[in-house]
Amino acid sequence: MEPTTAPAKPQFSAAAQAEIKRLLTHYPDDRSKSALLPILHIAQAEFGGWVSPEVQDLVAETLNIKPIEVYEVSSFYTMYNLKLVGKHVLEICRTGPCMLRGSDELTEHLERITGAKVGETSPDGLFTLKEVECLAACGFAPVVQVREQYYEQLDTTEAVDAMLNDLRGQIHRPILSWEENDLPNSLRNN
Amino acid sequence: MGRKLLTEHINVEGINTFEVYRKHGGYRSVEKALKTMTPDEVTEEVKKSGLRGRGGAGFPAGMKWGFLAKPEGVPRYLVCNADESEPGTFKDRQLMTKLPHLLIEGMITGSYALGARTSYIYIRGELLYVLRILEKAIAEAYAAGFLGENILGSGYSLDLHVHPGAGAYICGEETALLESLEGKRGNPRNKPPFPAVQGLYARPTVVNNVETIAAVPVIVNEGGDEYAKIGIGKSTGTKLISACGHLNKPGIYEIELGLPVEEFIYSDEYCGGIWKGRELKAVVAGGSSVPILPKELILKTAAGENRLMSYESLSDGGFVTGTMLGSGGFIAMDETTCIVKNTWNYSRFYHHESCGQCSPCREGTGWLEKVLHRLEHGHGSMHDIDLIVSVAKQIEGNTICPLGEAAAWPVAAAVRHFRHEFEWHVNHPKEATAPGAVYRGAAVLA
Repeated sequence: MEPTTAPAKPQFSAAAQAEIKRLLTHYPDDRSKSALLPILHIAQAEFGGWVSPEVQDLVAETLNIKPIEVYEVSSFYTMYNLKLVGKHVLEICRTGPCMLRGSDELTEHLERITGAKVGETSPDGLFTLKEVECLAACGFAPVVQVREQYYEQLDTTEAVDAMLNDLRGQIHRPILSWEENDLPNSLRNN
Repeated sequence: MGRKLLTEHINVEGINTFEVYRKHGGYRSVEKALKTMTPDEVTEEVKKSGLRGRGGAGFPAGMKWGFLAKPEGVPRYLVCNADESEPGTFKDRQLMTKLPHLLIEGMITGSYALGARTSYIYIRGELLYVLRILEKAIAEAYAAGFLGENILGSGYSLDLHVHPGAGAYICGEETALLESLEGKRGNPRNKPPFPAVQGLYARPTVVNNVETIAAVPVIVNEGGDEYAKIGIGKSTGTKLISACGHLNKPGIYEIELGLPVEEFIYSDEYCGGIWKGRELKAVVAGGSSVPILPKELILKTAAGENRLMSYESLSDGGFVTGTMLGSGGFIAMDETTCIVKNTWNYSRFYHHESCGQCSPCREGTGWLEKVLHRLEHGHGSMHDIDLIVSVAKQIEGNTICPLGEAAAWPVAAAVRHFRHEFEWHVNHPKEATAPGAVYRGAAVLA
């Protein structure tokens, strides 16, 4: 399946517009720029998992700020993808505690089975591999985040296969429809 | 078994809902504070409790509250730092997921004490699913009359919002967090002015860690003096320790401060010892920014006393033979761990996370990563070992925010205690870079 590309003149859906309206009530009237980070999250979820220059311009327009004010922020924070990505971005934690429990091996394993190197997208367009720093789940290492979901204790091929199968069967769940099921296993029941 | 002041009910079914949380005594501190105490009296209890900032710095929370400027007619803010990103630290995520109402209760009582009418929880962007848990709980608190206009008929009103970051370790630094909350890059601000005078939107602001705020309800309910009886010396109360690395039972443990480190690592009540029947080699006790200690020094101080999980005991010996309690991110490493690789990994982290505004940090962290990379891969020289110590020294103290120190301390400590292992990489590169290579020499203890 081809990755979704952003349309030339993107528009927020009605649900996203409602969410943005709600967010703007959180900040003083003359400080609406505060909503920039959350709105960029919404934009990324709406437009295929990344924020194209056109999408960033839309965000600037929405907040009535200069486009550069959006660009300088989107390039600072690692969660915003500035290039086209696959259907699922696998964010693999590479920091010390995960390394101690096998994140190097996990990355190699994921590169082998997806056919993508870190920074690349698999030929079928399903998986983009991205290395990230500490995800605050060190006791359940090694860890991969995919959108809002944490996959933990990925130290066996079975656990990795289960994650990939889960993702292959998943319909894209936009950011606005959170479900209880998205809780990582370690947090469901102790 | 130690007392659990924060997590007593963490495994109760449905405790994440208002109804169940309330049934287990939740929101009593809001009732007590708003109905029977003045804001200053609440602050006074926090001062008496001796509660220290649980995010890592360990600064007395009551004193921080006391610094808040209170000019007439100017809004002020309480901001919760839920940007948990110090490697090895994962306590706040668990606390917010399972006990969202505990944090909300602390935010209401704390905001009342500080006179804030709008407060924010700044949560790291990766935890969007936790943000949704918090928002759900906040909606319940509004519906029950604990948030919004005229709370419990007291005349006090408060709005509480959750705000996501988007992937930046530096936003755990309080002024970078405030920049980020204003919709900007997370570049730390020059101080002074401190946030207590000019914080969010240039208004007086207190920024506290999740765990610090979560301790406020019990302090208000039981009284600061009672809280201060728990723990040891100036390390009062309980602390959440997130244990990870090569342990049999990694996880989150609430301990009474003063617990012996040895008991924490080896007792079945806590971490249950080192995995695979191996020996412990080293520990980073308070998140990746604090100095690493070899087994001998984490279990006992240089004077031969039992090392305790407390601010004072862990820092006994300064940075020569001691470390810090920090955030409570406890990373244990077994005998097969390569200290050079480990040090390189964290230097890469700090280089990646440096915001780039101060040149000693921007350039220095890059040098550390590069030189450590070549040492780890068998291309280093003896001079490189001195070079990283020298670079670390030049970063330390020369930056706007403490990320500089955070990058420098672990390198300095690793070379101090494990210099022979670095030299082994230089003198025996083939052996040191062979798959599964392990250095078995003794650590330097002074």
